[in-house]
Amino acid sequence: MTARPPPRRRGWSWRSQAFRGLVYQLLAAAAIGLALWFLAHNTIDNMRARGIQSGFGFLLQPAGFDIGESIIPYDALDQNWRAFLVGILNTLRVAVVGVVLATVLGALLGVGRFSRNAIVRGLCYGYVELFRNIPVLLQLLVWYLFFTDILPPISEPLSLGGVIYLSKAGFSFPVPLWSLGQALAAAGATVGLAIAWAHRRWAIRQFELTARVRSLFWVPLAIVFAGSILGWLAGGAPTAWNLPAPGAFSMEGGASATPEFLGVLLGLVLYTSAFIAEVVRAGIASVAHGQVEAAGSLGLTRTQTMRLVTLPQALRVIIPPITSQYLNLTKNSSLAVAIGYPDVVSIATTSLNNTGRAVECIAIIMLVYLATSLSTAGFMNWYNNRAAIKER
Amino acid sequence: MAATFQPIAPRPAPVRTGGLLAWLRANLFGGWKSTLTTLLLALAALAWLPSIAQWGIFQAVFQPDIGSCQAARGTGACWGVVAEKYRLIILGRYPFDEQWRPALATLLLMGLLVVSCTRRFWRAWLAPLWVVALAGYFILMRGGLWGLALVPTDLWGGLPLTIMLATLGIALAFPIAVLVALGRRSTLPAIRSMCIVYVELVRGVPLISVLFMASFLFPLLMPMGKSPDVLLRVLVGITLFAAAYLAETVRGGLQAVPKGQIEAAATLGLTYWQTQRKIVLPQALAIVVPAVMNNFIAIFKDTSLVTIVSLYELTGALGLALNADADWRPYKLEGYLFIAAIYFAFCFAMSRYSLWIEKQVGMSTTR
Repeated sequence: MTARPPPRRRGWSWRSQAFRGLVYQLLAAAAIGLALWFLAHNTIDNMRARGIQSGFGFLLQPAGFDIGESIIPYDALDQNWRAFLVGILNTLRVAVVGVVLATVLGALLGVGRFSRNAIVRGLCYGYVELFRNIPVLLQLLVWYLFFTDILPPISEPLSLGGVIYLSKAGFSFPVPLWSLGQALAAAGATVGLAIAWAHRRWAIRQFELTARVRSLFWVPLAIVFAGSILGWLAGGAPTAWNLPAPGAFSMEGGASATPEFLGVLLGLVLYTSAFIAEVVRAGIASVAHGQVEAAGSLGLTRTQTMRLVTLPQALRVIIPPITSQYLNLTKNSSLAVAIGYPDVVSIATTSLNNTGRAVECIAIIMLVYLATSLSTAGFMNWYNNRAAIKER
Repeated sequence: MAATFQPIAPRPAPVRTGGLLAWLRANLFGGWKSTLTTLLLALAALAWLPSIAQWGIFQAVFQPDIGSCQAARGTGACWGVVAEKYRLIILGRYPFDEQWRPALATLLLMGLLVVSCTRRFWRAWLAPLWVVALAGYFILMRGGLWGLALVPTDLWGGLPLTIMLATLGIALAFPIAVLVALGRRSTLPAIRSMCIVYVELVRGVPLISVLFMASFLFPLLMPMGKSPDVLLRVLVGITLFAAAYLAETVRGGLQAVPKGQIEAAATLGLTYWQTQRKIVLPQALAIVVPAVMNNFIAIFKDTSLVTIVSLYELTGALGLALNADADWRPYKLEGYLFIAAIYFAFCFAMSRYSLWIEKQVGMSTTR
């Protein structure tokens, strides 16, 4: 005879955990709902009393303000949504360039903490402690001051071989004049990239079948280069460059980065790279020491050990925290408003002051960052799943 | 056949592995790459250090004398700007004759923090001490009592504001964070989803947008004419922002507590709150001490952002001190370096303290 479990009573009793849970949840939902209703009610009242208009219709009205720098064509007569688009693109530009540079610098600094040379170790440690213990806003302000106050004026710029200039007007560098040759070179590089990718896959499969090691880096790189050079030669090998030259009031010709952009970029890169260095260091330290010893007994050099044994394993530990550093860099780019770089926050505050649409402008800021954060997190999660150890 | 004794040659003495010379050989001149790096770095130091020392120390002007600062412009730093403006930089726009009050209030808060960080004083009376010290801070700063002149909050600034925002932000955010972290691991779907939405929403946006909300939107959200003071609004913004980040840190600790602990507590008949308070939280919080300290440092640094919504804490007070003064404005760099040193001192001290407390907490698990 087996003991039957006691029948489950689904009574409305305070002793039932399920019932208590339901009550707690209802109470919490009611409290949140009430608070939201209270806030919305107040907002509507306040807006009516102050005669504030609402709605996103203002996005279709002319913006009426100029923007210092823009990737897409823009002038003050354009509609507000276009101004916001300019701001979003500026934010993305500084974030993307910043993430790439901060990763490179941070990885070098993190690996440098394990150098055999004591001075290199000390310098990397000092860098990390110095840059992560000073607020990023202050660093942005200092770099902006450096670019606008301390650099020489435009009439006597710092110059490297008369090609690259650094002055209060920013950083100017030559760009090739766009012609058929460059277009074909870009096309050739794209084709080369596709071939290189195919070659890499083939080489990996060959390695798995025959254990013959083929270069996975230099040959694909050579293919990409060959593709672009072939395209360039096919286009008549143009060599004309658009060189910058100091003019009376501004740099003429070439391409340039404004002091605002440089200030934001440098501040964010130096600050974030200190954190990335710590992430990389912790990741490397997490690899079991036996791995390094085993690599040594196989006769690998220190550099080979780092490249082939330690870093691939450290990568798995590094990816999740480095993702949050990328997100932090993107979010910190909003501090650009303090030094007048026209990112999305700066455009939104200008628009807010012009149109008085506080709710809408702040909502746009938040939506832009939420979308960026969520998509970055999504991409890095995908990459993390790829890099994670495949377990059965 | 007489075997003659043939001594084998003595082995060479072992290479010394201790002492200064051996350390130098291993760490500065081990291999040609390392030697080359050492030499290059030494050359760079020889090239740059003297000029930096000349600018910062030997050619620098330390007196608050605008004439000699202008004479030294370009060759030496003008630390005189700090000597001239330090009261404005550190205490902001607070009325000049009353400035002993923010100075005393800052000392009070810092004393409170030091006491709270010392193991000997981890006693039950620390909680009432916090209430008393914070009340003392606000009475000293605001006045209007016992013959102290009333100073409205928009005149507060500088270091007192920075320290107060950081301290209160941390102290208020921590309990919220623990509750949200527990909520996110709750089995009740409505509560769990609310906590998830709150944490992900706040962590997805920059602090500055939260501060803009506190500064521009809050007046709209409140009943008409009843909007709280801007300092309070900003404090609420910082607290809610910090709580979301702290909550994720605390959740990491909660996840690290083995499930058997909770099951054992259930076996003993502990209720949910008893389990959390006596079993789960003590272990979880001990695990996340270093990460929580990093969060605290981040909050301290983040207080510099309130300058964007026109509260003159340390960074804002520097702009206030120098932007309006055409004589001293050219020496902003020296001013920036000065407050950077203040921030660095606080953050570095906090990170050192974090190492110490990590060791204290880890004592129970190290053998």
